Amino acid sequence: MALKVAQAAVVAVINMKEKYHLKRISKIFASLLAFILTFPLMAAILPEDRFDALIHSYQGGGMDITGPSLLIQKLINPSYSISGNYYVDTISSASIDVITSASPYKEERTEHSIGIDYLRNKSILSFHITNSEENDFKAKTFTLGVSQDMFGDLTTLSMGYSRGKDEVMRVVNTPTGKTLDTGFGTKNIDRHNFRLGLTQVLTKNMIAGLNYELITDKGFLNNPYRQVRFADGSKAFEAYPNTRSSNAVGMRLKYYLPYRAAISGEYRFFSDTWSITGNTFALGYTHPIQNKWVFDLRYRAYDQTRANFYGDVFSAPGIQTYMARDKELSTFNNQTLGFSISYDLGQHDWKLIKKGSINFAFDHMMFDYEDFRDASVTRVPIGTEPLYSFSSNVMQFYLSVYY
Amino acid sequence: MLRLLPTVAFIILFQGCSMQPWVKPYERARLADPIMSFDRDPVSASYINHVYQAREGARGAEGGAGGGCGCN
Repeated sequence: MALKVAQAAVVAVINMKEKYHLKRISKIFASLLAFILTFPLMAAILPEDRFDALIHSYQGGGMDITGPSLLIQKLINPSYSISGNYYVDTISSASIDVITSASPYKEERTEHSIGIDYLRNKSILSFHITNSEENDFKAKTFTLGVSQDMFGDLTTLSMGYSRGKDEVMRVVNTPTGKTLDTGFGTKNIDRHNFRLGLTQVLTKNMIAGLNYELITDKGFLNNPYRQVRFADGSKAFEAYPNTRSSNAVGMRLKYYLPYRAAISGEYRFFSDTWSITGNTFALGYTHPIQNKWVFDLRYRAYDQTRANFYGDVFSAPGIQTYMARDKELSTFNNQTLGFSISYDLGQHDWKLIKKGSINFAFDHMMFDYEDFRDASVTRVPIGTEPLYSFSSNVMQFYLSVYY
Repeated sequence: MLRLLPTVAFIILFQGCSMQPWVKPYERARLADPIMSFDRDPVSASYINHVYQAREGARGAEGGAGGGCGCN
């Protein structure tokens, strides 16, 4: 009894602290927004009239995900620009999670977003709404943003706030087919994102970017299907804390080489209240040839430590309050090697199109897990299976048109 | 002394408003080249960020702050 009272008190204190923290952050962002809007303003420009049609494909780790993404941006008058994006993921999954605890499935996720950018006093204000739907998950997000060039146009300051409301459901197999689990019902997630960005011209050949993002989630944060496993071979559904806050800081540099080409470097540090820390490091090289072709080469490395409630095998049910076996919460690293080829269609005075490009991108990703074992191997004692690893190929083919 | 810090920072910031850019507009041709854009293709950058976010514990601060080439 005393333990429960103490736990309730701790939860109440944490909730109060979080509310106080959120209020403080909201006040800081409101002050910054007011500061930006009253700043003596320099040049700012709305997005160009542009249409992009992309086909994407992800294959690896038992997942096959394909679909289109269409983006259109249109200036409707000198002060307003509107945009719309339609995105689809058609998923065919037989991932390691699925083959060890369920049967392969197919599903589709559709995302629509619309936005408006408003140029006022040479400052750009943006408002975007995104809606994402699949058979067991719905998400609505609205985003407010402001960006501003200052200090002789050498600095661009931007900030944004997003609020998301998600609904999580569970689909079960019945003799008549798949149906929503009424016993599970609908669980909610409330999300807040705060973003700050700074882009700075350092020299006539070098530009730098600094980004910070705070994300807080509250609600049902685990996967409703995934299970943890115990030493005796039994299983139970995962149990996650119902709050998570994370901080990420990213730095980017881009340098124009003595000939017409550019190199870039990037580093991001991440940490959250689940004890995950992550490091991302990326290098890139861009090389145009004869004003028609642009080649990009890139390398990216990522590593992270596990969440404090993650385990590959737990000794017994109830050994701890929160338990997860999501490989994305384990200790692992991945590396990506990729390239892009872009062909410029050139500038034309065609009736509808000013210029455009055709692009192809390929990325090969390699994931190595340090405390997530391949549970599909059944001939060895539990907890001694080989560590899991997989690789995947990501392809994008897209057309960009400026009109 | 610490109380003066925000005031001093504010003054320095506003001093910046009137400062002369150390990279002049006519020196920004290279920065204005599309190859110097952090994310040349927003639809592709958005997709690849989504691919990583779905498979990694880390999230946020992917960028997208726009350019600062002063070529607007």
